[in-house]
Amino acid sequence: MACQGLQKGETLASLKTESDGLKKKLEVERGKLNDVELHQVAEKTEVLGALSIKTRRVLKGHGAKVLCMDWCKDKRRLVSSSQVRTSTDLWTREHGVSLPCTWVMACAYAPSGCAVACGGLDNKCSVIPLSLDKDENLAAKKKSVAMHTNYVSGCTFTNSDMQMLTSSGDGTCALWDVESGQLLQSFHGHTADVLSLDLAPSETGNTFVSGGCDRKANVWDMRSGQNIQSFESHESDINCVKYYPSGDAFASASDDATCRFYDLRADREVAVYQKDSIVFGASTVDFSLSGRLLFAGYNDYTINAWDVLKGNRVSILFGHENRVSRVKLSPDGTAICSASWDNTLRIWA
Amino acid sequence: MTINTLAKGGWHRDQMACFRKMEKVIVAMQDPDMGMKMRNQRLLITVIPHAMTGRDVINWLMQKYNMCEEEALHLGGMLVRYGYIYPLKEPRSLVLRADESPYRFQTPYFWTSTRWPATELDYAIYLAKKNIRKQGELMEYEKERYSVLHKRINHTWDFVVMQAREQLRASKQRRKADRIVLECQEQAYWLINRPPPGAYNILDMGLERPNNFSTRVTLNSDYYKREIEFCRRALGRNRVKSSICLEGFVKYSEQYLSHDPIMQGCLPSNPWISDDTAHWTMNTEVVPIPSRLRVERWSFSFMELLNDAMGRREFMTYLEKEFSAENLCFWQACEDIRHGENSRIVEKVEEVYKNFLAPGAARWVNIDSKTMDKTLKGIQHPHRFVMDDAQMHIYFLMKKDSFPRYLKSDLYKNMLAKAIVPQEVKKSVFPFMRRQRHSSPSPAQAVAQASEEEGRA
Repeated sequence: MACQGLQKGETLASLKTESDGLKKKLEVERGKLNDVELHQVAEKTEVLGALSIKTRRVLKGHGAKVLCMDWCKDKRRLVSSSQVRTSTDLWTREHGVSLPCTWVMACAYAPSGCAVACGGLDNKCSVIPLSLDKDENLAAKKKSVAMHTNYVSGCTFTNSDMQMLTSSGDGTCALWDVESGQLLQSFHGHTADVLSLDLAPSETGNTFVSGGCDRKANVWDMRSGQNIQSFESHESDINCVKYYPSGDAFASASDDATCRFYDLRADREVAVYQKDSIVFGASTVDFSLSGRLLFAGYNDYTINAWDVLKGNRVSILFGHENRVSRVKLSPDGTAICSASWDNTLRIWA
Repeated sequence: MTINTLAKGGWHRDQMACFRKMEKVIVAMQDPDMGMKMRNQRLLITVIPHAMTGRDVINWLMQKYNMCEEEALHLGGMLVRYGYIYPLKEPRSLVLRADESPYRFQTPYFWTSTRWPATELDYAIYLAKKNIRKQGELMEYEKERYSVLHKRINHTWDFVVMQAREQLRASKQRRKADRIVLECQEQAYWLINRPPPGAYNILDMGLERPNNFSTRVTLNSDYYKREIEFCRRALGRNRVKSSICLEGFVKYSEQYLSHDPIMQGCLPSNPWISDDTAHWTMNTEVVPIPSRLRVERWSFSFMELLNDAMGRREFMTYLEKEFSAENLCFWQACEDIRHGENSRIVEKVEEVYKNFLAPGAARWVNIDSKTMDKTLKGIQHPHRFVMDDAQMHIYFLMKKDSFPRYLKSDLYKNMLAKAIVPQEVKKSVFPFMRRQRHSSPSPAQAVAQASEEEGRA
C-alpha cells in the first residue's frame, strides 16, 4: 500500500498523539455502559459441582508432537496434524497421510466430511480430498489453495467446502476460493503474527475473530475486509480465540496465563479467568455446548475447566505429559478432544 | 522463513514472564515467616543444611494455594523440572516425590533465566572440570559432546582448561558439604540446559515467533491514520448496557443446560462413556422420529431450526402449506451463491433471477421495491454478495413471521408430542464391573419429574 504521506501541519508524533488520545477516549466510552459485572449477574445461578470428566480414549499413532486437531461433522471422526523430524503425518482415524512439510500447525475438516485442509511452515494451506480407499495415495491429490508469505497458523472452512479462511504469521488473514485458489479477501490490521481465528456462529454468517502476537483480538467483516472491533487487554500473545455458542461473545487464551471473555455487544472484556497458581501460558480454549464451561489447555500439560459466568475454576484435568496444543468440543457436545506435544490425543467425557 | 531453534539461542520472550512467575513462587517458599521450614538432611555421611522433603513442598503448596494434593504435586513437579528445586538423592531424575526424599532450592545464580542462553564455553568448562575430577570417566554422551566441543572451539581450549583447573582449585578450598552442594547445583543446571539424549527437554519451546512489532508493519503515517480512522468509527458504535448483555449469557446457558452432555449427561447414555452408540444413531441427520430435546431446540431460535436438516425440512413442509415455500428456497439458493465456487456465481445468479426475481417467475419472492431495484441492478454485474440485501429481507421475513407461526402450528406441536425421550441405559456388561453412565446427574430424573407434573396439571 503506498504511503499517503503527511499532510500540512502533521508530524508522525502528532498523529501518534491523536491516535493514543482517541484510544483513551474509546476506553472511557466503553466503560460508560458498564453498569454491572458478570459474576454479579451470575450470583443467582447455581454453583457448579466438580465435574467427573475422565479420559475415555487415548489416541496414539503420531510419532511426534500433535499440533492441531479438528472434528468431523459426523461427531466421531477427527483429523489431527503433527510435527515429525522429517515429515508430517496428517491423520484421520482411517488414513495416515504424509506431507512433505514440517510443523503442520493448522488442520480442519470440511463440512461435507469429504476433505481436510492443512497448512503450516510451508506458508500454504492445502486441501486433501479423502477417499474410502485406504491404498490411495492421498498426498498426491493434495491441492494448494492458500499462499501466505509466512507460516499458516490457523485454517477453517466457512459454511461450505468451497471457501476457506486462513490466519498467518505474516500478520494477515485471508479468505480463499478453494476451487481456483483465488484470494477473495484479505484482512490487514494485526501488527504481528496472527495465531488463531474462529468463524462466528451468526445468522448472517459474516464475521470472524482473530488473535495474535500483537496481543489484539480483532473482529472482521468478511465481506468488506474491515476490522469492526478490536480488543487489547491481554499482556502477552493471544494463542487462541473461540466464539461463545450464541455468537455474542468470544474467549481468548494467552501466554500471560489467563483466558478472557469479551462481550461483543457491550464492546468490552467482561471476565478474566486466572489463578495465582497457574503460571504457564494458555494455548487453546473451547466452550461446552451451553457455553457455561470453558475448557482451556495450558503449557503445563493440564486442562482447566472454568465456570464462564462465575469466573472460578471448576476442574483441572491431568493426563497429558507435555503441552496441550488444542482442545475442541465434539460437534454434538458429548466430548472434548485434546491434542498434545506428548504425541497423543485424548478424548474426555 | 525464520526458524530460530533453541540451540541457536532464540528465546521465546514470553517464557521469561512464565519463569518470573515460577520464581515468585520459589521466593515465597523461602520466605522466613510464611515459607517452608527447612532442616538438615543427611546424605550418606554428610549433613546438608537447608533442605526439605518432597512431602514438605507439596504440603506447603497445598496450604498456600488451597489446592488438592494432585495439583500441588503437579505444580511442585514443574518447579523441579525447570530446575528451581533439585533432588539430592538420584539427582538425574528431576521428579518431585511425595515422600521423604530430600530436595534443595537452586541458587539464583543457576536459574535458567539468569544465565540465558547457556553458552558452549560454559558447558565446555563444566565438562572439562568433570573430566579432570573423574579422571576421564565421563558418561558416554558427555564424552561425545566433549570431543565435539573440543573440535568446535579448539581455539579457546587453553582458556577452557585453565578455567576448569582454576574452578576446581577454588572448590577444593571449600568445606565438603558446600562442595557437594555446588556440584549438585551445577549438575542440575546442566541436566536442564543440556539434557542427555533421549531425556525430556523441558526447554523445548517449539517455533520461535518473530513477534517483532515493527517488522510486520511500519509505524508510519499510514498506520496511525488507519488507527485514527478505526477509533473514530468505534466511537460512533452503538453499545449495549452490560446488564442486558450479561443477562443474555445467563439466559443462554440456562436454556441450553439440558442440551449440554458434559454438564447434564445425554440419553440414553454418552457414547464415549458407555461405548453404546445409541445416542448417535438416534440423532443422525435424518431419522424417522427425532428426539424431544432436538425438536425443542428448534424453538430456541430461527437459526437452530435452519441449522438442523430435519428442522429445515419440516419448516419447508409448513411453508408449502402456507404457499410461501419459495422464501426458503430463495434463501437456500442465495446461501449457495455466497458460499459456493467463484466459477459458478454467474450461472447461479442467473438461475436465481429466472426462478425467483424475474417478473412472472415460477417462484416469485415478495421483496420491497427498493431492495428489488437494487438487486436487479446489481445482477447486471453479478458478484458473490449481489443477493445479500434480498436474502436478508427474506430471512427476516421468515424469522419474524413464518417461524413464530410454525412454532404454534399443529405440525410442530405434533412433532414435539411424537418425539422420543430415550430411556437412560443402565445395563452393565459384567455384573462385577460397574460402569459410570453419565459424567453428571441423570437428566432422566428431571424428565420423569416434568412429565409427572404435567400429568398432575
